Amino acid sequence: MKSKRSGWKLLTILVLSYAVIIAVSVALGWDKFIVLDPKGPVAEVQQKLIILTGLICMAVVIPVIVLMVYIVWRYRDTPDNDAPYQPNWHDSKLLETIWWGIPIVIIIVLGIFTARDTYKLAKPPVTDANPITIQVTSLDWKWLFQYPGQKIATVNYVQIPAGVPIRFQLTSDAPMNSFWIPQLGGQEYSMPGMAMQLWLQADKPGKYFGSGANFSGRDFAHMQFVVESKPQAEFNEWVKQVKASSPELTKEGYTQLAKPSTAKQEFFSSYPDDLYTEIVDKNGGIYMKHEMDSMNSGSYNGSTKP
Amino acid sequence: MWENIKDFASTFFVTGDPLIYGADVSIALTSIAIVFVLTYFKKWTWLWREWITTVDHKRIGIMYLIASLLMLFRGGVDALLMRTQLALPNMKFLQADHYNAVFTTHGTIMILFMAMPMMFALFNLVVPLQLGARDVAYPFLNSLSFWLFLMGAMLFNLSFVIGGSPDAGWLSYPPLSELSHSPGVGENFYIWGIQISGIGSLATGINFLVTILKMRAPGMKMMKMPLFSWSVLSSSIIIIFAFPILTVTLALLFLDRFLGAHFFTMDLGGNPMMYVNLIWMWGHPEVYIVVLPAFGIFSEVVATFSKKKIFGYNSMVFSMMLISIVSFFTWAHHFFTMGASANVNVFFAISTMVIGIPTGVKIFNWLFTMFRGRITITQPMLWTLGFIPCFAVGGATGVMLAVAPADYQYHNSYFLIAHFHQVLIGGVVFGYLAGIYYWWPKVFGFKLNDRLGKWAFWLWNIGFYVCFMPQYALGFMGMTRRLYTYGSDTGWDLGWAPLNLISTVGAFLMGLGFIFQVWQISYSIRKGERDLTGDPWGGRTLEWSIPSPAPMYNFAVEPQVTTDDAWWKVKEDRAKGIKPAPVKYEPIHMPKNSAIPFVMSVCWFIAGFGFVFDWMWMAIPGLIGVAICLLARSFSYDTDYYIPVDEIERTEAALRGRTV
Repeated sequence: MKSKRSGWKLLTILVLSYAVIIAVSVALGWDKFIVLDPKGPVAEVQQKLIILTGLICMAVVIPVIVLMVYIVWRYRDTPDNDAPYQPNWHDSKLLETIWWGIPIVIIIVLGIFTARDTYKLAKPPVTDANPITIQVTSLDWKWLFQYPGQKIATVNYVQIPAGVPIRFQLTSDAPMNSFWIPQLGGQEYSMPGMAMQLWLQADKPGKYFGSGANFSGRDFAHMQFVVESKPQAEFNEWVKQVKASSPELTKEGYTQLAKPSTAKQEFFSSYPDDLYTEIVDKNGGIYMKHEMDSMNSGSYNGSTKP
Repeated sequence: MWENIKDFASTFFVTGDPLIYGADVSIALTSIAIVFVLTYFKKWTWLWREWITTVDHKRIGIMYLIASLLMLFRGGVDALLMRTQLALPNMKFLQADHYNAVFTTHGTIMILFMAMPMMFALFNLVVPLQLGARDVAYPFLNSLSFWLFLMGAMLFNLSFVIGGSPDAGWLSYPPLSELSHSPGVGENFYIWGIQISGIGSLATGINFLVTILKMRAPGMKMMKMPLFSWSVLSSSIIIIFAFPILTVTLALLFLDRFLGAHFFTMDLGGNPMMYVNLIWMWGHPEVYIVVLPAFGIFSEVVATFSKKKIFGYNSMVFSMMLISIVSFFTWAHHFFTMGASANVNVFFAISTMVIGIPTGVKIFNWLFTMFRGRITITQPMLWTLGFIPCFAVGGATGVMLAVAPADYQYHNSYFLIAHFHQVLIGGVVFGYLAGIYYWWPKVFGFKLNDRLGKWAFWLWNIGFYVCFMPQYALGFMGMTRRLYTYGSDTGWDLGWAPLNLISTVGAFLMGLGFIFQVWQISYSIRKGERDLTGDPWGGRTLEWSIPSPAPMYNFAVEPQVTTDDAWWKVKEDRAKGIKPAPVKYEPIHMPKNSAIPFVMSVCWFIAGFGFVFDWMWMAIPGLIGVAICLLARSFSYDTDYYIPVDEIERTEAALRGRTV
């Protein structure tokens, strides 16, 4: 009996100390939870939804666990336990209706929020600023960004103007990947032969973490990139500077770039016209024109119309 | 000549890594040791007669169990290798290629070669006994299923030392898994290992569906059937509809790689999205295939150890059947972020959440089975009580993941990894372990040691939370899955190190738990408490009405069932002094052993190995061997026999005489 009790004591100490470790590390590293620290309207909608649904789920789970602990303790099989024992009680229409009902109600509530935000995020985040388009290509194992409006290109670095909705068009000239900037919003796959679309926006200037989220081969772990958001004027200045001081990206240059390897940040003052269209087409986009048009309700060749 | 041989050997055998040389040596030593022991103790004929050619469901179940525990070890070692590599940032323990192979084999082995056979072990060990049947509907097919599974698993595992492991993820998404990006033989091993064992899985699904529908004891109406058997029925239905999809998908991928077809390449009008859809049309139902039997186990365990009837039997049956249907309408939630329209995402988000309704109901029914019962915390019950909170949390994060817009932030992150490990370990592994502890005395005739078992349980349970709770947090920190390294080496340091270290500690605690279980089994074989009653737990269902281990014909006399919890009823009647009807033995019709399943599976192995290396001179004879086995079976008429009454009398007298 005594050893049993000390076992429970040990377990309680373990659980408590673990809780303390977790609490302390969470408190010390709160700003590290970048998904919960949004810097743009898309990530903000998602963060609110994460917290809301998390709380609803906790409101169900915690009582269930408490109830379980209570029942196991109350109806334990000891000779002196005076709790009622009804070995043949196995049916209650009322109780069963209650616990078919509770999850149904919760699912309805969650379903409404899900539908609301799904339709909301399919549209550009704000409509009063003119969006810009950036064409993103995932390569083995690096990211190429083309600015059709500005006619510049970058590798593993993308600068965006703050407060402006960005229409990222995503494709891949390698196995599929997924384009993710947690503080600006959720990810979207980049797939060969397709031009996918993802709306994101940064509200304020800042430097954000971006990465490939879907495994794409050997050096996938090195597909992290920098997203920098700057005021519009500084962004324009940066574009000018890249145009003035960087080399061109030629066809041959792209062929080299696309070969499997890791890469540092690179900047290009120009790129071959239609490079993005060619990448999409040569990977099979040519067979999917119709589908792509209906998917994006717009062409993928660099139009900046939302 | 010598140069050619050297060239061939350097690509045929995997080289360059001390871990692999270690494996080579240990495989060679183990094989020599096994051969030596079998020869020394003159056990070859015993092995052939009693095990390799057996069609007895109990023996087949034991072989499934042994194989699945070995695979749990292999998959577990993979997991520990990964966690070691991730324990600290910029670790140099595993190279990228090696890490990628390890997470691929970890996932494939744990689902297809650990969870599935452990589940089939429990199907085989329990279902016929629960139904009051003498074997499954198709004993020959049952043996074939096992050998196909084992040969498939062996073929897959061989890739570790020969040719090279697959390294494109456990679901092998194209285009990464196509020849263009995975030119080695690893993907071929993946395809053929799964294909060969997949035929076996499909056959087992059919076998148990028919067994449950046709082989129940007289009087056992469907709605009087034990809940574990119901869960097997629902799982079998899903197997029958889901596994053909897997077979076709992998066959198409093979055609792409082997004949240069373009089903899943983007050129010439193929589409990798098609693969992603197909593989998840199997892959999502697959998780319900493995978790439903766990639900069935908990239903049995909770009722037995609360000494109370299961609460809401009808709801339990209905919810399992509902899950088996709805599970086919949720697959797209695995790729909300692949550009489907908002309508599609909303549909699949809600269909996914709907699964939570019947699952939630089951949890309440288990709780209210305990309510007003008398609860004893034995080992099976301990795992059940560990399961409920773990699965409740895992289910809740599953509902969170189903919220499509939020999933854009969870997808591919460690939040997802933590979620599915929580439902697969907390649900499936805890469930199967509860089942193994529960039915162990029935299968082997002795209980597993309590004290060692409790150590194992607490190490597993605490290790689980230490390992996976930090991973939810890592997901919110932006850490994605399948990274072989992180930290300054990759350009960003986002503070992932401390939580990764904690997580690794947890993984090793679970590894320690497994070691305790191995210790527990080897200790209990020698010193475990023997079960002389056949009913060590105070069971409610028919498997507890016969001696442990069960005689080869299971039931000397077909049981007559009038109510659910059939054995409980018999015990109640006995307590009231009602005498059972006098026993009259009749000859028992039994299937004969056969070597064909084993030989045919070996032929499949040879064919599969030939296809892996594109060696038609090997593959074609292998397939011819398969065809010959099929013909041989078609023309064999001497497949059954009768056990005479006097032999039954002798066996029963010996068994009952032992019984107190």
